[in-house]
Amino acid sequence: MTNIQFRETLIRLGDDSLILAQRLAEWCGHAPILEEDIALTNIALDLLGRAQNYLKLAGELFDPVKSDDDLAYHRDAGEFRNLLLLEQPNGHFGDTICRQFLFDYFSLLRAEHLSSQTVNEYVAAIAAKAVKEIRYHAYYSSKWIKRLGDGTAESHDKIQGSLDNLWKYTHEMFAVDDFDRASIEAGLLPELSELKQVWAKRVGEVISEATLTIPSNPNMEIGGRQGEHTPHLAVMLEEMQVLPRTYPGTTW
Amino acid sequence: MVVSQEQLTKQFNAYVADDKKIEPKDWMPDAYRKTLVRQISQHAHSEIIGMLPEGAWITRAPSLKRKAILLAKVQDEAGHGLYLYSACETLGVERDDLVADLLSGKAKYSSIFNYPSKTWADIGAIGWLVDGAAIMNQVPLCRCSYGPYARAMVRVCKEESFHQRQGYTIMMELMKGTKEQRDMAQDALNRWWWPSLMMFGPSDKDSKHSAQSMSWNIKRFSNDELRQRMVDMTVPQAELIGLKIPDPDLKWNEKKGGYDFGEINWDEFYEVIAGNGPCNEERLEARNKAHDDGEWVRKAAMAYAEKH
Repeated sequence: MTNIQFRETLIRLGDDSLILAQRLAEWCGHAPILEEDIALTNIALDLLGRAQNYLKLAGELFDPVKSDDDLAYHRDAGEFRNLLLLEQPNGHFGDTICRQFLFDYFSLLRAEHLSSQTVNEYVAAIAAKAVKEIRYHAYYSSKWIKRLGDGTAESHDKIQGSLDNLWKYTHEMFAVDDFDRASIEAGLLPELSELKQVWAKRVGEVISEATLTIPSNPNMEIGGRQGEHTPHLAVMLEEMQVLPRTYPGTTW
Repeated sequence: MVVSQEQLTKQFNAYVADDKKIEPKDWMPDAYRKTLVRQISQHAHSEIIGMLPEGAWITRAPSLKRKAILLAKVQDEAGHGLYLYSACETLGVERDDLVADLLSGKAKYSSIFNYPSKTWADIGAIGWLVDGAAIMNQVPLCRCSYGPYARAMVRVCKEESFHQRQGYTIMMELMKGTKEQRDMAQDALNRWWWPSLMMFGPSDKDSKHSAQSMSWNIKRFSNDELRQRMVDMTVPQAELIGLKIPDPDLKWNEKKGGYDFGEINWDEFYEVIAGNGPCNEERLEARNKAHDDGEWVRKAAMAYAEKH
């Protein structure tokens, strides 16, 4: 694994966290219940901290060195490497929960491997903290999947709709390109195709307990890892990056 | 033994005068209970509505560090809302009913949140001045005669002092920046200064609840005393970083050991309370939308809890 390959993996990890944190932060002040407002911002804070850690590490591998803010605020959509799933709009509470749930179970498996690998100790340390956080996130999102799935007829239909819409973005979590291949072979990333089976089993259990069904064979969408995003990302970044880009060279 | 209402009131007054704490199960006069419900619920509503002007800048925070700090700060306000609704529930009211009064426009909340947050510097000004004024008001409440409220305020005040510092740090950073950033900071101070001073409520001579609240040890200092302290604390902080307080009448008064300052525009104060501030409608609409959009979620959670 070259430095460039390592850097790419770190950016992917950082962008996943950053983009989802930014989405969740949009809920602040607007959640259905005060307790959920606090829960969603907690998850956003965990993800934001993780994004900072991964992006700082990635930034050190640039010449000249870049800061986490350089990477967050001074790249265009095409340079972001997050999963398409994570940039999807919040929609209603069920859409947000479903996006979170599908990602959490993947993110937990990935972080468990990252925390135990010995290729890079900084990554292991970041991931060790992440594992503890994501266990709680997965507990939270799966509880809501069950409540909404097995709540009222209306909530069942709504969350089934979320699952139907978002399922097409799940394949991308396990898709492997040349960069991933290099990181997998080095032992940094887990074998993503093997992860998929464990993920499918765990996610499937929650979905069936929630009396929901997995949509059958939708056309899967990928491209986020290569910078080919849905239009939602550019809109989100335009808002996120407005100050540093309007006033270049300033500190805040 | 039958104890008369008069005897109970007498005992209560003596107990409070002795600086002892009233707890939820203790006997208390109806008017005392009503005053507390009004004050604590207004306080809780203010925390919740107060999330909106600052929350609007989380997605636009200019660095990841500032984003994390602001997110944590606004989340703290939600937490304060929760403790305060809980403290209020110890007086025999339901949070749902209190929230319904907020959403219908019947309940009041701090008018300061009916002003818009136009630029990033407003986030600095809100933390510095609005949270600063809140601390000034709330620190004495840690010694308030009603136990649950006093204890909730201990934690709230600790967090508020961090909030104030984060606001001041934002202003400090802006004043070290470019001319545009310094102008942004000054403009925010110009817009937030007077509304912050209004946060202490009407002048003592016009404050209808003050005297009774003072005698019950709910309130410890008068509105004008607290406002004076706020001015005296804030002026040197503004000067230190090169900001100018927008008050031509402001000057140091050696004799009283404090600043003299200009007259507050009380017409504006009463207009905003009456619902005619720049953002009254927007704030209530945002809360109502969140509530209405979340209805199906709350119903689902109830239905699930009944089934399982």
